[in-house]
Amino acid sequence: MRSAPVTAYDLKLALPLAGFFALFFVAPLLILILVSFYTDTSLTQFGLAQYARFLLDPFSLSVLVSTLWLGVKVTLLCLLLGFPLAWTFVRSPRLAQGVLMLIIVLPLLTSVVVRTFAWIVILGRQGIVNNLLLSLGLADTPLRLLYTDGGVVVALAQVQMPLMVLPLITALSRIDPNLRDASSALGAGAWRSFVKVILPLTLPGIMAGCLLTFAAAITAFITQSLVGGGQMLFMPMYLYQQSSTLSNWPFAAAISIIFLVAVLGAVTLFNLLGRLSRGYAQG
Amino acid sequence: MARRTFDPDQASFTLVMGALTIAAITLLLAPTLVVVIVSFTDSFSLRFPPPGYSFKWYVALLDAWQLHFAAWNSFVVALWTTVISVVLGVAASLAIARSPTLTARILDSLFMSPLVLPALAFGLAALMLFSLVGLPISPLTLIIGHTVVCVPYVVRTTVAALAQLDTVLLESSASLGASRLYTFRRITLPLIRPGIIAGAFLAFMASFDNVPVSLFLRDARTDMLPIRMWQDLEGKLDVTIAAVSGVMIFLTILALVVMERMAGLSRRLR
Repeated sequence: MRSAPVTAYDLKLALPLAGFFALFFVAPLLILILVSFYTDTSLTQFGLAQYARFLLDPFSLSVLVSTLWLGVKVTLLCLLLGFPLAWTFVRSPRLAQGVLMLIIVLPLLTSVVVRTFAWIVILGRQGIVNNLLLSLGLADTPLRLLYTDGGVVVALAQVQMPLMVLPLITALSRIDPNLRDASSALGAGAWRSFVKVILPLTLPGIMAGCLLTFAAAITAFITQSLVGGGQMLFMPMYLYQQSSTLSNWPFAAAISIIFLVAVLGAVTLFNLLGRLSRGYAQG
Repeated sequence: MARRTFDPDQASFTLVMGALTIAAITLLLAPTLVVVIVSFTDSFSLRFPPPGYSFKWYVALLDAWQLHFAAWNSFVVALWTTVISVVLGVAASLAIARSPTLTARILDSLFMSPLVLPALAFGLAALMLFSLVGLPISPLTLIIGHTVVCVPYVVRTTVAALAQLDTVLLESSASLGASRLYTFRRITLPLIRPGIIAGAFLAFMASFDNVPVSLFLRDARTDMLPIRMWQDLEGKLDVTIAAVSGVMIFLTILALVVMERMAGLSRRLR
């Protein structure tokens, strides 16, 4: 047999990691699926009771729906603010780009607990927002901003914004600048060029950013629980409560599987939209 | 020169884009600044702006043995996680990066999937596995769990670095009589090293900051820093946490600047 070309490596080199994943990633997930099909906590009786318990329970369903809805709101806010930021980035001189990149990347690498803690300080009763409102006379007593839906959305948007901005920067910097000149030479104004030329061409980047932001926002356990407080329950905390505090492994496993399926569904949807938009963007 | 006529369309577009950009930068930057400022407060509350400034919470940090213990644990686990992730991840990347086979594509998707799947569900699943096979919770189980969720960062940056590698260099090296191992050591490795370093750094940070997996795979003996901080925040709003946060932000900025110089980190995140 002829020896393999020097530019390619043997697929066997992937074996150690593949074995590691089979043992410690695939096997645990299979066990999770198995456990979710037990009807009792002592794991003796097979059945679909845990899934029925979740899917027929209005409370559990409302937790699922509010988690997905939270993801949608965070993703839209990230897109609304992240797109202009990426737009400004690609049009900035080199030095400004360096500073902007530091501002964009820093939150991504700062500990999630630290970032969430910052929002507790900002939104608290003695926080900066309340002090500003009180001193401007816009409020008589400190407002309750922590433990509200709006608070969770804004805090999550900051935490996940880099995941939206980075793919958008890549997509926007690939656009041929001549296209915009051509568009304006043909009489299209700034808004029209944006909607008709720039936006369609960046759709694959938008979809990639939305996918990452959405998946990160709905699974962001720390930010959800600390900024949302006890009143607002989302899927990650629901899963944790059932498994840890109540030791109800079969139900916690069923919640995990339903959550996994929901996330995979969203990922598939965004990937599909991304592929469709890529076809559209390339004509 | 002709005076440019006022174009309301262009002006409104620039205005909206500019305003939203400023809002985005404020949103990204404000929390970090607020934490750093509040960590220098001289009061016992998290009031912002602080009534006065002092270093007393940083001094108090020197005696916070629980936080020292948790930080050391997190550091050791993150270090082992990074070493194992780099060894397994780089080997796997070499195998799949240039392979057009279906197996390679499937493996690539498998190795990347921990990035999008809810880590909390994986943490629970791993706990179930370990209790089923009778492996007690220990630093080892933590390192195994962390490696699964951190290895994708190494694979992603290394595969990207390998994809950019000019194959002509490898072919010339081979035609000049170099062995495969020699070519790897002298050509491939130096060229993909920034990618590996960036991936190792991201894996380390992801492990050090991990909550969802640690939540299930640690016990009192293996307390981890982010979980210690989270539990402190749930109970009482302690200003010491602000000082810990200040230290972590400072170290993160330092590491970020070093990594940008060494490995062009921000390019590899896209």
